[in-house]
Amino acid sequence: MRSLSFVAATAVAASLLFSAPAQAKSFKWAFQGDAQSLDPYVLNETFTLGFLGNIYEGLVRLDGGLNIIPGLAESWEIVEPTRWRFHLRKGVKFQNGNDFNADDVVFSANRVRADGSDLKTRIAPDVKVEKVDDYTVDFVTPTPNPILHSEWSTWYIMDKEWAEANNATAPSSVTEGKDNFAAFNANGTGPFMIKERQTDVKTVFVPNEGWWNAANKKHNVTEITFTPISSDATRVAALLSGEIDMMFPVPVQDMNRINSNDGTSVLAGPELRTIFLGMDQYRDELLYSSVKGKNPFKDKKVRQAFYQAIDVEAIKAKVMRGLSTPAALMVAPGINGYAEKFSRLPYDPEASKKLLAEAGYGDGFSVGMDCPNDRYVNDEAICQAVVAMLARVGIKVDLLAQPKAQYFKKVLAPSLDTSFYLLGWTPGSFDSWNVLYNMQGCYDETSGNGKFNLGRYCNPKVDELTAKIQGETDQAKRQAMIEEAWGMTLDDVSYIPLHQQGLAWGKKDSVEVVQRADNQFMMYHVQVK
Amino acid sequence: MTAFVIRRLVQSLLVMFFVALVSFFMFAFVGDPVNQMVGVETSNQERAELREKLGLNDPAIVQFGRFVVKAAQFDFGISYQHKKPVADLIMERMPATLELSAVAALFAFFVGVPMGVYTGLHRDSFLSKIFLTVSLVGISIPTFLIGILLIFVFSVQFNMLPSFGRGEVVAIGGWTTGLLTGSGLKALIMPAVTLGLFQLTLIMRLVRSEMLEVLRTDFIKFARARGLSNRAVNFGHALKNTLVPVITITGLQLGSLIAFAIITETVFQWPGMGLMFLQSIASVDIPIMSAYLILIAFIFVVINLIVDLLYYVIDPRLRADRGAAH
Repeated sequence: MRSLSFVAATAVAASLLFSAPAQAKSFKWAFQGDAQSLDPYVLNETFTLGFLGNIYEGLVRLDGGLNIIPGLAESWEIVEPTRWRFHLRKGVKFQNGNDFNADDVVFSANRVRADGSDLKTRIAPDVKVEKVDDYTVDFVTPTPNPILHSEWSTWYIMDKEWAEANNATAPSSVTEGKDNFAAFNANGTGPFMIKERQTDVKTVFVPNEGWWNAANKKHNVTEITFTPISSDATRVAALLSGEIDMMFPVPVQDMNRINSNDGTSVLAGPELRTIFLGMDQYRDELLYSSVKGKNPFKDKKVRQAFYQAIDVEAIKAKVMRGLSTPAALMVAPGINGYAEKFSRLPYDPEASKKLLAEAGYGDGFSVGMDCPNDRYVNDEAICQAVVAMLARVGIKVDLLAQPKAQYFKKVLAPSLDTSFYLLGWTPGSFDSWNVLYNMQGCYDETSGNGKFNLGRYCNPKVDELTAKIQGETDQAKRQAMIEEAWGMTLDDVSYIPLHQQGLAWGKKDSVEVVQRADNQFMMYHVQVK
Repeated sequence: MTAFVIRRLVQSLLVMFFVALVSFFMFAFVGDPVNQMVGVETSNQERAELREKLGLNDPAIVQFGRFVVKAAQFDFGISYQHKKPVADLIMERMPATLELSAVAALFAFFVGVPMGVYTGLHRDSFLSKIFLTVSLVGISIPTFLIGILLIFVFSVQFNMLPSFGRGEVVAIGGWTTGLLTGSGLKALIMPAVTLGLFQLTLIMRLVRSEMLEVLRTDFIKFARARGLSNRAVNFGHALKNTLVPVITITGLQLGSLIAFAIITETVFQWPGMGLMFLQSIASVDIPIMSAYLILIAFIFVVINLIVDLLYYVIDPRLRADRGAAH
């Protein structure tokens, strides 16, 4: 009897659902994982930050083309080279009804630099944040910083009163073993609010009717449901069966299936991540090689021979099914400082063999290679292709492909336990300086210079230039210096850039979304027909 | 009896201790949790501090000791990824897994037994051959493939069943159930079939061979000679005598169903413990991994204990032997 009345109740609920007004438009989407926390300072990771970008907002935002546009700040100016002034938007309210003002910005600037925050790099510790009046905030930097706000589209402003009332004034730290209210509740200024959330099961969003920009809203949805679906095949099936409207990433091998299905298609575009190969150029003897007593990668000829032995077009066609853009530089088009004028060294196995012979390795040698197998699009398959291509010029590569947890433990600092590896990188600031500093800078464990320069390539002249680029506020001069630095590193063959992998989102033809090259999905662009 | 139970309990504790020990030393090879917890721009110094705070720099034996002492107080720590107590996370997800396993077990039993009886009675019929062939397929195809095939047939082609999730669930106290809603029941069908298929095959073959054996015995011949109906002989006499081993196996297999739900849960994005466990491996969330392994060991130990106790109650010979030994 009880179950009967329950069935009846469900039926009533269902009929209510179907009789809802005709303009109700729901949208369902899926990703391979869930946002790790609702606290916007806990993890510096693309998906989590993009997810939260629908609820929270920063002082600046990015448009569909990744240009910085005003967000919670209406405008800003550089009053002195070391003082940036931000004029805040008036009349903005948090989702709990609290007003947004300068106190919230100062609070957020402190919180994002507090212990337990993973976004400390958003604002350097020595930057002073000063409240001028309720709607004006100054940021004082010790030295001129031309790209101060470049990463602020993901530095979300939190409500001071809300955080204090709920004892969430610091980002949670797993080690202290206490729950963080902000990790399970959200209160932003953004276009959507969370109606319901079950971690790893689903999150339901509804539009924030009080959004300051509601008059210009581009979406027409009344409810959005997000579900994490980790298995690739299931995610594809859910889209094909029409249970969800949109999902990403699409496995490259399933792109045809989705395109050939009625009513679904793949939205593909370039991503900012550059995939490249690195070589140990520091140790006097490689850890994994048949060459003893010396390090062949110290010789530029060998590095260039490796470069020219790899047919990046074949990788694009066979491994990536066309979904990649071969790269000459370590940064993608769209990253500040990218320059068209550089091109890849041609694929030329004969030249490669000649270079090896000149370097004294005419008979080839063997080297160990490290590769992740669950981090980048078809990462292991790329490595296998590289192994086969190098075999043609007499280099025998012993490939060790591992899950990212083991792979990163092995190759990243402090162990740097690798001779030859594949890695991918997106500069979080969308600026070349980030890559020059992290990848091309001479490795220094204490200062953090060259932290991700796993092969410890080192050219002091590049380092000098990188330091100058950091402080140069004249954009034209800065661009020229960045190009000069790229030129030097390319000349050294410091790395072997392969390609920018492509983004692939699967969606129903009846919905429209905007794909951003940083792979963040902004729900306020969603149009359901 | 009490001595027997106490002895078994002590043995069980030992088993769990060894499971903990073995799994703990495996954790040294699963990778670095710190890298999974922070973004790329976190400095090496901060990474080192975090590692120190989490106690990952201590020798494995010290970490293990700390773990055992805390686990004995039912404190499994805080998940690195979810930032919530592991005990809470497991309790949240356990209903989904137990419900799925129970339905899969019932499905396997109530479909497997009739199929087994049928194939036992009509050895040469066409249908029996089909059953046996299908069961061979059930045994040889891996679970994830069955799941994906079902999804492509029933979700993508015919649009009948949902391809992922649990549907709407109803919370009753701390327990969430999908058995009370239409979408919950629909969502349960494919995962339960996928998970239960192997057990179904096992039960069917077991019942069949037991039936063949029992049907040859004298007391069946006598029953027939008494002029009992086929129905009474087959089900009243023969089937009843086959069920003891079948129930034992089904009970023991319940543990494997819960443990092997990992794959099924991943394919169907079923929000249970197995899915969480698999994700915790990818992110090296050691507190979840260790708690899950201990829990599964505990479930196996409890089921075995119950089965042993049942034997003890049912089988008088066992009691007599034990009694003589004392």
